[in-house]
Amino acid sequence: MADRHLEPDTPELRARWGNFAWTAENAAKAKEIVARYPDGRQRSAVMPLLDLAQRQVGAETNTQGWLPIPVMEYVAAQLDMPIIRVVEVASFYTMYNLVPVGRFHVQVCGTTPCMLRGSDDILAACKKRGMHKGHTTDDGLWTLTEVECMGNCASAPMVQINDDNYEDLTADRLDVVLDALAAGQTPKAGTQEPGRHTVEPLGGPTTLKDMVSANHDYRKEW
Amino acid sequence: MLADKDRIFTNVYGYQPWNLKAAQARGDWDQTKKLLERGPDAIIEEMKASGLRGRGGAGFPTGLKWSFMPKESKDGRPSFLVINADESEPGSCKDREIIRHDPHKLIEGALVAGFAMRARAAYIYIRGEYIREAETLFAAVQEAYDAGLIGKNACKSGYDFDVFVHRGAGAYICGEETAMIESIEGKKGQPRLKPPFPAGAGLYGCPTTVNNVESIAVAPTILRRGAAWFSSFGRDNNKGTKLFQISGHVEKPCVVEEAMSIPFSELIEKHCGGIRGGKDNLLAVIPGGSSVPLVPAAEIWDAPMDFDGLRAVGSGLGTAAVIVMDKSTDIVRAISRLSYFYKHESCGQCTPCREGTGWMWRVMERLRTGDADVGEIDMLWDVTKQVEGHTICALGDAAAWPIQGLIRHFRPEIERRIAENVREAAE
Repeated sequence: MADRHLEPDTPELRARWGNFAWTAENAAKAKEIVARYPDGRQRSAVMPLLDLAQRQVGAETNTQGWLPIPVMEYVAAQLDMPIIRVVEVASFYTMYNLVPVGRFHVQVCGTTPCMLRGSDDILAACKKRGMHKGHTTDDGLWTLTEVECMGNCASAPMVQINDDNYEDLTADRLDVVLDALAAGQTPKAGTQEPGRHTVEPLGGPTTLKDMVSANHDYRKEW
Repeated sequence: MLADKDRIFTNVYGYQPWNLKAAQARGDWDQTKKLLERGPDAIIEEMKASGLRGRGGAGFPTGLKWSFMPKESKDGRPSFLVINADESEPGSCKDREIIRHDPHKLIEGALVAGFAMRARAAYIYIRGEYIREAETLFAAVQEAYDAGLIGKNACKSGYDFDVFVHRGAGAYICGEETAMIESIEGKKGQPRLKPPFPAGAGLYGCPTTVNNVESIAVAPTILRRGAAWFSSFGRDNNKGTKLFQISGHVEKPCVVEEAMSIPFSELIEKHCGGIRGGKDNLLAVIPGGSSVPLVPAAEIWDAPMDFDGLRAVGSGLGTAAVIVMDKSTDIVRAISRLSYFYKHESCGQCTPCREGTGWMWRVMERLRTGDADVGEIDMLWDVTKQVEGHTICALGDAAAWPIQGLIRHFRPEIERRIAENVREAAE
């Protein structure tokens, strides 16, 4: 947490983001989000609204998005809360980017279950392509971060790139995914292991085999 | 082996669609109204009788937890159910499969549990990194609303019950129940002092129960098939079926639902194709997610995979996230990486944890390379004991236990590294 810092609040930043406001579509979404919480508890919506704002910044900059100070001020005003409370939240939760990131945020899980399955090779493959942890490549395409356990341990190692997970990786399989993304394609998300569906044992499930081909109703056997 | 007909999560691998129609064909939302007509007290009694213990790690009896909620509101405050889908414990990957492949089990469970504890609404707190999974969950909740299963007059029961989804944003600590409540309130996820306990004053100061996804999602099936059915699996005090998640050095890592108390060896050999390189190549196992101490090969092999069986070998069932390590593993690095995880995830509120996790990680890194003095092993042990039990929440304990497990079982390995380092320096 301590190594996270805000992008400096400069006149240039103000000039670029001072007029931030929801798009019509996001304004409707924001309204729906605030309605999920009881009256007078609109502050509960700060996390989803920061996420929405980050995504809107991402759409405007063709990156994963981040949170400039004026954007946080906008969210604070929307929820009638002090700016410092918004900054506290934005800086506490690691998924809010406090500085600009690239088009693709390559988040390599390096925690022990992924480490045991070869996440060192995945990080090495990223470095081979010119990525460095905590930096964005000069072409603005890739930002590399080593993240903590992403909950894909039975299909490790994995990376999350923007909204999608790529699992059961090897260095070669990662290269295929990254090449496809760089070429503007949409590679298949999920496991990259040929023949594997999700988290069943490789080679086919040891249980619930009837479910593979049909939506089996086991109640008849109760 | 557990028969397929006795598995609760029949679509755990997602071969079939998650949507309402497919879920109903598998038996979800089948006359839920009748379940509710039994009444809150009968539902809680059935859950107590089933022997279900919380599936999020601590293993607190679920029915008993529900019974702590007030039966009527004396001051007009509503009650809330919060469902913990902030699955972030390294090794754990079961709630993800429930949410993306069987979300209606969770939503139906939310209604049943919420009704039993007389809650006004449920908030499902899903970890931020589960982006696609959250999309599925939002869509499934909408389906349930559109079909009249939740919302006003849920399932035509006369009971009004809302289900909301709240996404986290990347903080392990929000899996702690009071940190989760803070987070839903729009604050940093820093745990609260207890008491007051959430059942007295939780979300928005109202009575709240926080339950794990799996605990909630199994509830409707338990009620349909009866407490006697559920408690026919597993040993006394460790009843039911459980999603096990096996990662690391097995031939075929997977998530699988099995009966509680299944021996470790059977779990690995039946479902995971055995240990990579054979049984003799097994070094150690972390049987319940990163927070529990590791168990050496010889002790884990025949151990029953349940709360008491793993406590007997000095560890715990936790979330049943089984991390397997073979003899190629740098065991000190494997644990040091967990120390880094806890340093990264400490919320910074309590000094022993904020300072201790970083200190412990730095010493672990020196032990990894052998760049340390033998006396530092004992010093590290002492520090883990000073962190453990001296923090508001259990993150401090969770950071201490893996290191204690390492020192307890692999002290000669650490000493060997230090000795070799000293020898190299002399040469």
